[in-house]
Amino acid sequence: MPASPIDRETEEALIPLSALQHYLFCPRQCALIHVEQLWAEDAATAEGRLFHDKVDAGRAETRPGQRVARGVALRSVALGVTGKADVVEFRGRDHLTPFPIEYKRGKPKAHRADEVQLCAQAMCLEEAFGVPVPEGALFYGETRRRQGVAFDEALRALTRQTADAARSMIASQATPPPVHMPACRRCSLEALCQPARLEAPPSVARWLAAQIGA
Amino acid sequence: MRRMLNTLYVTSEDAWLRKDGANVVVEIDGSERGRAPLHMLEGVVSFGRPGASPALLAACAEAGITISHLDPNGRFLARVEGPRTGNVLLRRAQFRAADNPTRGVPIVRGIVAAKAANQRTVIRRALRDHGDSLPGGGREALEAAERRLTDVARRTLAATSVDLLRGLEGEAAQAYFGVFNQLLRTGDPAFVFGGRSRRPPLDRVNALLSFFYALLGHDCRSALEAHGLDPQVGFLHSDRPGRASLALDLMEELRPVLADRLVLSLINRRQLAADDFTVEDAGGVRLNETARKRVLVAWQERKRDELTHPFFGESMPLGVVAHAQAQLLARHLRGDLDGYPGFVWK
Repeated sequence: MPASPIDRETEEALIPLSALQHYLFCPRQCALIHVEQLWAEDAATAEGRLFHDKVDAGRAETRPGQRVARGVALRSVALGVTGKADVVEFRGRDHLTPFPIEYKRGKPKAHRADEVQLCAQAMCLEEAFGVPVPEGALFYGETRRRQGVAFDEALRALTRQTADAARSMIASQATPPPVHMPACRRCSLEALCQPARLEAPPSVARWLAAQIGA
Repeated sequence: MRRMLNTLYVTSEDAWLRKDGANVVVEIDGSERGRAPLHMLEGVVSFGRPGASPALLAACAEAGITISHLDPNGRFLARVEGPRTGNVLLRRAQFRAADNPTRGVPIVRGIVAAKAANQRTVIRRALRDHGDSLPGGGREALEAAERRLTDVARRTLAATSVDLLRGLEGEAAQAYFGVFNQLLRTGDPAFVFGGRSRRPPLDRVNALLSFFYALLGHDCRSALEAHGLDPQVGFLHSDRPGRASLALDLMEELRPVLADRLVLSLINRRQLAADDFTVEDAGGVRLNETARKRVLVAWQERKRDELTHPFFGESMPLGVVAHAQAQLLARHLRGDLDGYPGFVWK
């Protein structure tokens, strides 16, 4: 059951699924990527990109008991997001229950960004197929483990709330000021964001006067 | 902030560039003269006439490597640029600021203050290193220029309009280039600076200055484009069709540091001789091909010199400073900073 077309304005207001994850990691990172269109590749992002290319390039296959689809294009009008699922298994006797699997290069994290991204995919699948999607899985490249995720009401609420917050921030086209935190060291955009310097920047006029010895 | 600074300069006028796998290959008369892996490059600048293959242009565009074509005299012809640049919100903020007569003041102030301070640093270094051996009156002239540049830099802080700042910039240039000859220490009449001349450069010093300013202009333009700014819409330099005004703005504060200092050291260390230049019939002077090669090597080396960025407090190669400044300008236009902190060199 394919999704039906939506009006153009709604379609254009959809934000990428990845923005939810970026927003939970750091709202400014989300704005730098999705509002200011900045991107910086570092070793981690390059590995992630290659990792996903490999996952997405796998072929669709049908095995007894399930059908597997890769690189599935998704959207949800309710959440206002659009994106792609790495892998969706269609389970059950009639292959009617979608089970999304998202591949992550690294390892499980303390924050819930990966679960939110997966939950958003599940909500997209529910909207497209009109069936409940109760669970999915995250596969981590570093641990080579699949971790089941149940889409309970708390996770769905967090996903809706994150989607709303990210969507309104992107719509406002404003970039929030940086907050310098330990996680900044893991961010490929650190050099473009300059959280240490710009968190509480000096008055430039006064700084300039000091520099030239006025 | 750290970024690869590898620019491939192709100086031979007969070079043809093509792609071979993930490499760029330089060919002259059908035989391979050099190759470099694309992933190591940030840009390609070619002074050759034949050009580059479409396959190479496409690969560079996709990888975000800018190819600039210059004629053998360094005059800009064309560039090929990938799709990765452009942020409409930032450009709109830039245009709005450029259209508003007062909005540009904090930007131009940063540029002019830093430029005058950096010209002062060039003179201070000469005084520090050679003050005692300067011929009669030379030292006093430099000291007077140093004081005048300090005065100009201070007055920029109180200037309330872009026009006033333009006037101060002119005053600084007069003070600085008025004593530029005192900074040339070889006593060789071939290297006497006869006042700034550009179209064409009328002496060897001007030919060198113009050559480095052209290279710096390319770097500044690339840095602005990489950060999503429109290089044509400036604040100190007003719009003129075909002119990269913002690239010229950004260059101002970097000229003394990157170009002028390098001209002085190449001449004072006698790394260039009178016959490294061609004097044309109408009086124009230009660098010849063999010298151009040496000068480009010196330019690349200069850009690798590490220093501490005054605003970021972070160590970076001099060649990355244009990127840092473009970023600071973008952050000011997007509201993170209440002014533009020009690059003040010490």
